[in-house]
Amino acid sequence: MTETIQNSVISVLIEDESGALARVVGLFSGRGYNIESLTVALVDAEQKLSRITVLTSGTPMVIQQIKAQLKRLIPVHDVCDLTEEGPYVGRELALVKVVSSGERRTEALRIADSFRARPVDTTATSFVFELTGSPEKIDAFIELMRSLGLAEVSRTGIAAIGRGPSVFHLNKEPV
Amino acid sequence: MTAAERDAGTGNEALNGAEVLLRVLDEEGVEVIFGYPGGAVLPIYDALFKQDRIRHILVRHEQAAVHAAEAYARSTGKVGVVLVTSGPGATNAVTGLVDALMDSIPLVCLAGQVPTKLIGNDAFQEADTTGITRPATKHNYLVREPGTLAQTVREAFEVARSGRPGPVLVDLPKDITVGKAPLTKPALSRLQRLRHQGGPDASAIARTLEAMKTAKRPLFYTGGGIINSGPEASDLLRRLARKTGFPVTSTLMGLGAFPSPDPQFLGMLGMHGSVEANMATHGCDLLIALGSRFDDRVTGRVDAFSPNSFKVHADIDPSQIDKIVPVDVRIEGDVRDTLEALLEGWGETPARDLSTWWNQIASWRSVDGFGFTQDMTPSAIIRPQHAVRRLYELAKETGRDTFVSTEVGQHQMWAAQHFQFDKPNRWLTSGGLGTMGYGLPAAVGAQVAHPDALVIDIAGEASTLMNIQELGTIAQYRLPVKIFILNNHYMGMVRQWQELLHGSRYSQSYSEALPDFVKLAEAFHATGMRATHVGELDDVIRRMLAHDGPVVADICVAEGENCYPMIPSGAAHNQMLLGPDQDSEAAGLTEEGKMLV
Ligand SMILES: Cc1ncc(C[n+]2csc(CCOP(=O)(O)OP(=O)(O)O)c2C)c(N)n1
Ligand SMILES: [Mg+2]
Repeated sequence: MTETIQNSVISVLIEDESGALARVVGLFSGRGYNIESLTVALVDAEQKLSRITVLTSGTPMVIQQIKAQLKRLIPVHDVCDLTEEGPYVGRELALVKVVSSGERRTEALRIADSFRARPVDTTATSFVFELTGSPEKIDAFIELMRSLGLAEVSRTGIAAIGRGPSVFHLNKEPV
Repeated sequence: MTAAERDAGTGNEALNGAEVLLRVLDEEGVEVIFGYPGGAVLPIYDALFKQDRIRHILVRHEQAAVHAAEAYARSTGKVGVVLVTSGPGATNAVTGLVDALMDSIPLVCLAGQVPTKLIGNDAFQEADTTGITRPATKHNYLVREPGTLAQTVREAFEVARSGRPGPVLVDLPKDITVGKAPLTKPALSRLQRLRHQGGPDASAIARTLEAMKTAKRPLFYTGGGIINSGPEASDLLRRLARKTGFPVTSTLMGLGAFPSPDPQFLGMLGMHGSVEANMATHGCDLLIALGSRFDDRVTGRVDAFSPNSFKVHADIDPSQIDKIVPVDVRIEGDVRDTLEALLEGWGETPARDLSTWWNQIASWRSVDGFGFTQDMTPSAIIRPQHAVRRLYELAKETGRDTFVSTEVGQHQMWAAQHFQFDKPNRWLTSGGLGTMGYGLPAAVGAQVAHPDALVIDIAGEASTLMNIQELGTIAQYRLPVKIFILNNHYMGMVRQWQELLHGSRYSQSYSEALPDFVKLAEAFHATGMRATHVGELDDVIRRMLAHDGPVVADICVAEGENCYPMIPSGAAHNQMLLGPDQDSEAAGLTEEGKMLV
């Protein structure tokens, strides 16, 4: 068994009931698993299902455990390891506030443009840029903004979905 | 007619939530509840008062209610039910819930809660019970709508007993139990998806059978899962062992699934397991784990655990497989089904010639790791092992169905080593959590479930004080429980570790200022007995067994006795300490091991 630490993106379909998120988060903290990022939102209002995307890391044995432990939670309908099951798209949204003037302000705008980051709020001395992309792309953007007046960052953590026509969806028997 | 009454859909009667609750419990086959009243559950107690189908056993502490329900569940195969009030009632129950979670015991704990409108206001006796018990239960619920009450309670039972069993808590705000609620018809379970579909994987069974047909040194390593699966699983295990001729070892929790006096049984494995069980685990070439979970008390040093074996792990909880020890074949599902499939697959294949393996086992067995010598001079000090042996032998002579609970410590291990079981569900002990104070209330639960049986709590003097108030419950319900205290004046297990790992500095482990247990018994309307020397032992045991009421027997045993064999934490199975004279370093006692528990 290799001891290499791997990153995994895990999707969880969970009933949207009070305490459900606490169960997931408590599982991670109680068993000492990592959460690099976690996003959650209702995705099926009719069936009252939320989808959680967790970016986690661990040895292959730990990743297996995380999935198995998640499946034990009663409100969890399904768990899917996107990293393992094939190519997926992972996107994160960031709001980045840059406060600067003169050269630095123009430079910030120029770089934002090349990242396809949109200014969603503009004042004489500041911008709030909205940027979506992989976490790496957002990291790179923030890095570049550092010398250009980076003031504040808000990120969502990634939401992810598998590529291609196959679906990870409701009422599928647990694997 | 109010809306709630109309919704009730039960004709003209309109029930309140408490009554609906009791109706559902009745539907679920509940006969006994262990509980303790308080403000938030008064409506439920009122409803209990007005009916006579469900019996309520009033304990003296909520922790004890849970342990009693655990023992009730484990000894009957039914779901145990607990009723506690909000706040302190619920928090007192937490230890028991975690105990049940660790040992996979099906329970439903009904907790009172402040009215929904007051939740979050730091109301009197409010606690965030669902928050506190989230990691202490298999699942928990807070009932917020009267309309969901009945179905939630039904679901709680389903969750508790399905798959790997466990404790479930239902938090019941007072307005829900006071107000009208509909007794809804059982709905199709939304938990269908949780049920394991079909039997064990056929190819996994085939690979296991193939390994069974070629292994030279096979071993069954069985656990509490066999007990949980029901008596049929124990029966199938016995048949499979007979057919194959393989040796069987068991975890602490699995004792009784296979008859301990049977020559094919190697005894318990693990930290205080038998020499033959541990050496066989270390030396086998095929290890078949059945309803066991590679607990650290079993494996010792994980990277040295059963190093040369092909490993099969059958468990109902997939998360247990490959958790600690990577295995070659995984079989998910009820162990009963797995055993059946293996038995069927084995068919009429004659038992293999395993004589070399059995000869090897015989030589390990001849070490007699559980052996001890008792000086039989009447004035000699009683050795605790001897006391357990005599208890077993004399209890057996009575021919009565016997249930044994234990507290936690050396006496627990001596009980596991020296008391023999030939039926499942008779051995009640706190394995995963190791909860001192389990045994006395567990004896209460077992005796309530089996009024005519012989129920014995093999206790330590320190542990038993942790729930000694239950002597009150025992007196109230005239439960003829026998509390057999191996009184060594020490928290013996702690003292043993201090001797071995901390230079014999017995920090806080002496049982100072003990009560006079005989007088204590009398104060609680029970009979007290004492044996101070070996010459008195048999007589005390006989009188205890013959007495038809509760007995506390204070058995004064050797103070310095250690429990052997012992695999020190962090050591491997072939590095057992066999007795006091052995060099502890050679036995794998390391600084690193000291860090472990
Ligand atoms: C609630 C709880 N507290 C502390 C411990 C740690 N502990 C394990 S065994 C033991 C001593 C038990 O003493 P006793 O009941 O006299 O049994 P003995 O070992 O002497 O047979 C202690 C303190 C525990 N298991 N449970
Ligand atoms: Mg003691």
